[in-house]
Amino acid sequence: MQQLTFGEAVRQALVEEMRRDPAVFLAGEGVGVSIHDNPKAPTYGLLQMFSPERVKDTPVSEAAIAGLAVGAAVMGLRPVVEIMFSPFLTIASDQIVNHAAKLRYLSGGKSRFPLVVRVKAGSGAGAGCQHIHNLEAWMAHCPGLKVVFPSTPGDAKGLLKTAIRDDNPVIFFEDMVLGLVPGPVPGEEVEHLVPIGKADVKRLGRDVTIVAWGRPVLEALKAAEQLAAENGVEAEVLDLRTLAPLDRDALLRSVRKTGRLVVVHDANKTGGFGAEIAATVAEEAFPSLKAPIRRVAALDIPVPFSPPLAQYGIPDAARIITAVKELVNLH
Amino acid sequence: MITSTKKIDLLESMLLVRRFEEKLTEMSRAGERIAGMVILCTGQEAVAAGVCRALEPEDVIISNHRSHGHLLAKGAPPGPVMAEILGRRTGCNKGKSGTLHIAVPEVNALCTTTVVGGGIPIAVGTAFAAQYQRRPVVTTCFFGDGAADEGSFHEALNLAALWHLPVIFVCENNAWAGAQRHEEHTLVQDIATRALGYGMTGHVVDGNDAVAVYEATREARRRCLEGKGPVLLEMKTYRWRGHSEFDRQLYQPKEEIAAWMERCPIKLLQEALLAEGVLTYAVVAEMEDRARRTVEEAVAFAMNSPWPEPEEALENVFCD
Repeated sequence: MQQLTFGEAVRQALVEEMRRDPAVFLAGEGVGVSIHDNPKAPTYGLLQMFSPERVKDTPVSEAAIAGLAVGAAVMGLRPVVEIMFSPFLTIASDQIVNHAAKLRYLSGGKSRFPLVVRVKAGSGAGAGCQHIHNLEAWMAHCPGLKVVFPSTPGDAKGLLKTAIRDDNPVIFFEDMVLGLVPGPVPGEEVEHLVPIGKADVKRLGRDVTIVAWGRPVLEALKAAEQLAAENGVEAEVLDLRTLAPLDRDALLRSVRKTGRLVVVHDANKTGGFGAEIAATVAEEAFPSLKAPIRRVAALDIPVPFSPPLAQYGIPDAARIITAVKELVNLH
Repeated sequence: MITSTKKIDLLESMLLVRRFEEKLTEMSRAGERIAGMVILCTGQEAVAAGVCRALEPEDVIISNHRSHGHLLAKGAPPGPVMAEILGRRTGCNKGKSGTLHIAVPEVNALCTTTVVGGGIPIAVGTAFAAQYQRRPVVTTCFFGDGAADEGSFHEALNLAALWHLPVIFVCENNAWAGAQRHEEHTLVQDIATRALGYGMTGHVVDGNDAVAVYEATREARRRCLEGKGPVLLEMKTYRWRGHSEFDRQLYQPKEEIAAWMERCPIKLLQEALLAEGVLTYAVVAEMEDRARRTVEEAVAFAMNSPWPEPEEALENVFCD
């Protein structure tokens, strides 16, 4: 199987879907002619491959970009628009929260809004807190939006293709830290569609469930390998892949089997999506729990710049291992 | 040139909107019949009729919280519109929207939003889609003078002009944004002048003259379809009633309202048509009757319609 980076996998999904369906177009700041003119970037070369009619560079106008998507979608197009960085969702949020998410409901089911908002997220890249702030819980809080957050290039390709074909608005988070890590990705010869709303068991285990999405999935896997090798603890790693709709069945099935839960995310702890996972398990699977639920999340601070400061707040394998050890009484 | 038939059509359309909204005022005073807000365009009918009757059926409109006139003039069926306002299952949107966000895709009234300025970027999207699909379709977006202070207005106009999109931005300047008069929220006397800042055409139109509104819209539509880009039309009109029917209008001078009522758009057109000999008093009486009957039928349809079952609240969040 081909080995692609996250960005290359996203680009392959865009190319395949644009070739398949002329209703798909791209718009955003620098999606065509980019100052980040990098062959590993998701929209690199698409302007030349398609045309300025289908790859639209926009002014720096997040509200207009998101509104463009809403209006174009209701007319039957399939816009894939880019909001550069997660914190800029706040500028586009009227169109996303009050319009994309609600207008189908307000129409009584008469209208549909098949749009995708691609947005860079994650916890690295050293850009500071106005460029890094993981707002997936904000988006998942809005009924009417689907929220996707893949952790591997293969999932990124398959989920983006599914998102583009979905008749609902989808917020698609791309973790910047995963950008340069290659992984196996099915090529054009197979119809690679990963369903939205299905979690993936990335590692089987019997002692504890570690739930994550995006970059922390890789840290969870690292932690699981180390726990198995050094402590004989077998952790099951569940990659949610989609936050809304949440795969409650997969979550509850795993926790009922292992009896322990650690949720890991790059977003702040307070009000983060980990709280939703924890509450769901407490409501539905409390009798299965052998230990309290633990959340390993970013600290409740804006993401600082200086590398030692930034690293201090980020969930890593070591913090996950500490949390698991507390639950299985290894201290 | 506008034909006499079209002038009669404008009058008929304005009469329907006026009678429809007068009925809503009456019902909201009666209290028990309308659960929520009632926001009216009484006195502004010339804009609704003049613009929408100048459009073709496939043209798109994006409306706002003062939408009844736009929707009815675009051809939305009065019965389902009334049923939606009353929250009934037979409403245009099955009772999900109420008076404030009615969408009627059947007549290409694709979106009504109550977020002030929220519809303006969406109009950029629908206009872009028409351009992309190479369809001769124009989008018209209605918003008030208050919305012209929102960032979304400026972002949308800039993008629409840059991409030469077929969209007519219709600013209904009714002199009041909430409880603020025009001079209290902007120093620019004519919002149409802002078009210049985006490389776009802008015109001030007498918004109480339905014929002038119609002609300005026809011309703007022609420009749009020739690929000459968007147009900003500022319709100078006046809000006879408060922001909503809950608003007692204490801040609005009574003499100002009275002066504008003298320039009632319906009266102006009716008198002109009688003077031109296009209409007789007998025909006017028939038109009045027809409008009243249509509204009574709409109310009867709505009142005889069932409420939605509570569980229907769960439907239509997502497409299947």
